[in-house]
Amino acid sequence: MSNGVEKKVVVIDGQEVALNGEKNILEVAKKANIDIPTFCYHSDLSVYGACRMCLVEVEGRGLMPSCSTPPEPGMIIRTNTARVLEARRTILELYLANHERDCTVCERNLNCRLQEMSARMGIKEVRFGERKEKVPKDTSTFSLVRDPNRCILCGDCVRACREIEGIGIYDFTLRGSKAQVEPAFGKKLSEVECVYCGQCAIRCPTAALVVKSEVDKAWEAVLDKEKFVVAQIAPAVRVAIGEAFGLPPGEITTGKIVAALKKIGFDRVYDTSFSADLTVLEEAEEFFKRLQKGERLPQFTSCCPSWVVYAERNYPFYLEHLSSARSPQQMFGSVIKNFVTRLENVPKEKIVSVSIMPCVAKKFEARRPEYVHGEIPDVDIVLSAQETIRMIKSANIDFKELDPVPFDIPLSAGSGAGVLFGVTGGVTEAVLRYAYERLTGKELKEVEFKGVRGLESVREAEVDFDGRTVKVAIVHGLARAQQLIREVREGKRYYDFIEVMSCPGGCIGGGGMPLGYPDYLAVLRKRAEGLYNADRLSPVRKAQDNPAIKFLYEQWLKHPGSETAEEHLHTRYRSRRRISDEVIRIQEAKSAQKVDVAVCVGTSCYLKGSYNLLQGLLKLIKEHKLEDKVSVGATFCLERCSQGPNIRVNDEVISGVNEENLERVFNEEILSKVKE
Amino acid sequence: MEGVSQEVALGRSFEKVNAILKKHAYNPSNLVGILQEVQEEYRYLPEEILTYIATALGVSPAYVYGVATFYAQFSLKPKGKNIIRVCDGTACHVKGSSAVLKYVREYLGLREGEETTPDLLFTVETVACIGACALAPAMMVNDDVYGLLDEEKVKEILERYEEGREGADGV
Ligand code: SF4
Ligand code: SF4
Ligand code: FES
Ligand code: FES
Repeated sequence: MSNGVEKKVVVIDGQEVALNGEKNILEVAKKANIDIPTFCYHSDLSVYGACRMCLVEVEGRGLMPSCSTPPEPGMIIRTNTARVLEARRTILELYLANHERDCTVCERNLNCRLQEMSARMGIKEVRFGERKEKVPKDTSTFSLVRDPNRCILCGDCVRACREIEGIGIYDFTLRGSKAQVEPAFGKKLSEVECVYCGQCAIRCPTAALVVKSEVDKAWEAVLDKEKFVVAQIAPAVRVAIGEAFGLPPGEITTGKIVAALKKIGFDRVYDTSFSADLTVLEEAEEFFKRLQKGERLPQFTSCCPSWVVYAERNYPFYLEHLSSARSPQQMFGSVIKNFVTRLENVPKEKIVSVSIMPCVAKKFEARRPEYVHGEIPDVDIVLSAQETIRMIKSANIDFKELDPVPFDIPLSAGSGAGVLFGVTGGVTEAVLRYAYERLTGKELKEVEFKGVRGLESVREAEVDFDGRTVKVAIVHGLARAQQLIREVREGKRYYDFIEVMSCPGGCIGGGGMPLGYPDYLAVLRKRAEGLYNADRLSPVRKAQDNPAIKFLYEQWLKHPGSETAEEHLHTRYRSRRRISDEVIRIQEAKSAQKVDVAVCVGTSCYLKGSYNLLQGLLKLIKEHKLEDKVSVGATFCLERCSQGPNIRVNDEVISGVNEENLERVFNEEILSKVKE
Repeated sequence: MEGVSQEVALGRSFEKVNAILKKHAYNPSNLVGILQEVQEEYRYLPEEILTYIATALGVSPAYVYGVATFYAQFSLKPKGKNIIRVCDGTACHVKGSSAVLKYVREYLGLREGEETTPDLLFTVETVACIGACALAPAMMVNDDVYGLLDEEKVKEILERYEEGREGADGV
């Protein structure tokens, strides 16, 4: 033993392993190619150590969770003793006792950690009772389905949402045998502040949280002879779909995906990198104008729908700063329903536009009312990579052996810049490649901006545009974005351009991608590398040099920022309510002609001191002896956050109320109505 | 609270919530203490107030809800003016506490899963041993202990509380 201490090694299953700063026994085991089962351990989240799947036996100490036990020199560790195996089996059986066991009809069949572990441990029977009560599923959002009956209380979603997105939708509630993991007040996901990123679902070991499937709808469309089905493929999925068919993460399978979709019956297959190029031109043109005028900086990117909806709920004062450019998915949707219709001579009603995305928030984005015209949405169906994989599998396609097929012309491939949209920092790099030339009038020789690459959660760079220094920042994960934006607001940091992606790594870490157990970070790195390779291999590396883009502007849009472009490729944002309509009743008037007043105590108004307004108001009402004529309540968010503090008098919202003008507002807006 | 309308009480309570938050310096690590004091004010923890507390402390509503449901002392449902605690300790259990519970619930007309009467006059709970084993089966209404209960006696006691003649002559 003392020998091991000196040599700084541990012995694990009889194998000597040198220690090199590993944080836990699990990491040491991985070095020795030992795959210890885990549920609650994720390399990119904090260690919780509650599921007990990862137990190992440490000589002299007994059973210890390997994910939360740091290795010490000289330790003798065994991962497969009789005691370990028995303990692990019992734990699994306890999980299974509380879990639905109809695996064959489960959304995560053959893709479930719990199922995999039961198979590995050879569980043949469950000695404990079965769960009796069934709870309804939550299908309230477009993106996810939550089935509490399959939850094993590992807490992965709790930490994912809190640590990655800084939102904290779920928490443990109740305790003992009644314990649950659920959103506040047992509400549905559509009633809380979920941004539909799916980071919780991609870490859930079971089908308690899954992507809401549109596979059936997609099959229906491709099998309908009357329909003309057009697909677009997002950049990130091309380096991940192969994973489900035994190819390594990061391998570029663009041509195989096109081939598979054609076999399935898609009439046209296009590349979302192409519309990403469009986004680059529109967004960079906007950036260029803002730089020239020095207004609305920093400019924030707007292609991540989770970030956009988060900003709409939390940063009313920055909505003008978001790029008005639509996301690549929505730009292509618009191109399909307005230009491909002409190109192919098919009426709008016959076209079905399907997007193949790494993301589940895209499902929500596609249904935003501004992207649905009458009954016709620009994007009809959004399939996550996971759903696309399932379609390919059920079509009996041997994906690995497919010969690559190119995208359809004339809106064929995107540039390398467009491909980069799939990885954090990519949008920035793509925009810089355009903005540099636009601003300096010179050709950009060195197209790779290495400074913006990498997986650190916040990166910043200064780029010299012929004397004008442009400062950019890139952040992924809304938790870090919140921090960064706070510092920008406080004036501690300054940037001209900020790229925000909700998912770790950007879209390559999207909530609809194949699961990346056990070392998610390693998978992300490979996917990122894959996209950088795809950029390097592109014949065209700048969006503005893409001949297909030039064609589209010539034929339809004229020039970036044109009226047509404004109409079809840009959008507007609005403040959104954070919490569903709840009113705290404070004073209830009895009079039949009472006036109803509600003071907003939503976060934005609260921070601007609306509580003092509430008190001031109650005082004024008392002074005028109107307690019986004026009802007062406190409400959460009236969706005018940027003009707050807001109050509502009967049905009318009055903005910009403050302690100075309160008395006037009271006289004009409330007193007058009482008298009426 | 007699004579004060419920609405006015609400207003006062809300002001109190703000005072409590301030007293605890808006510190999320004092959440349990904050909830205790707020519950004293409202007699339960209304959902909107919990959301408000989350906003003021800068934590997620799910977290506040999680803490509020973890401790048995917190109630998320309104509590009645009179709290009936039917003892289900060993002695009372043997002497028929489940029948007592049934009488109480029947008398109050509570439906399955309901603990509080719609008029907010009574809330029924079961508790482990109230230290009146000699008088089993027993129950408490607010701070008064009643023992050797049968259907008739339960009815008599509850009638008194209904009419506001409560507490007069214990046991
Ligand atoms: S989808 Fe994203 S925001 Fe919504 S609960 Fe899951 S992790 Fe949180
Ligand atoms: S929903 Fe999934 S991730 Fe969340 S606690 Fe349950 S099993 Fe774990
Ligand atoms: S306790 Fe180690 S993986 Fe859950
Ligand atoms: S917080 Fe949104 S309007 Fe008050």
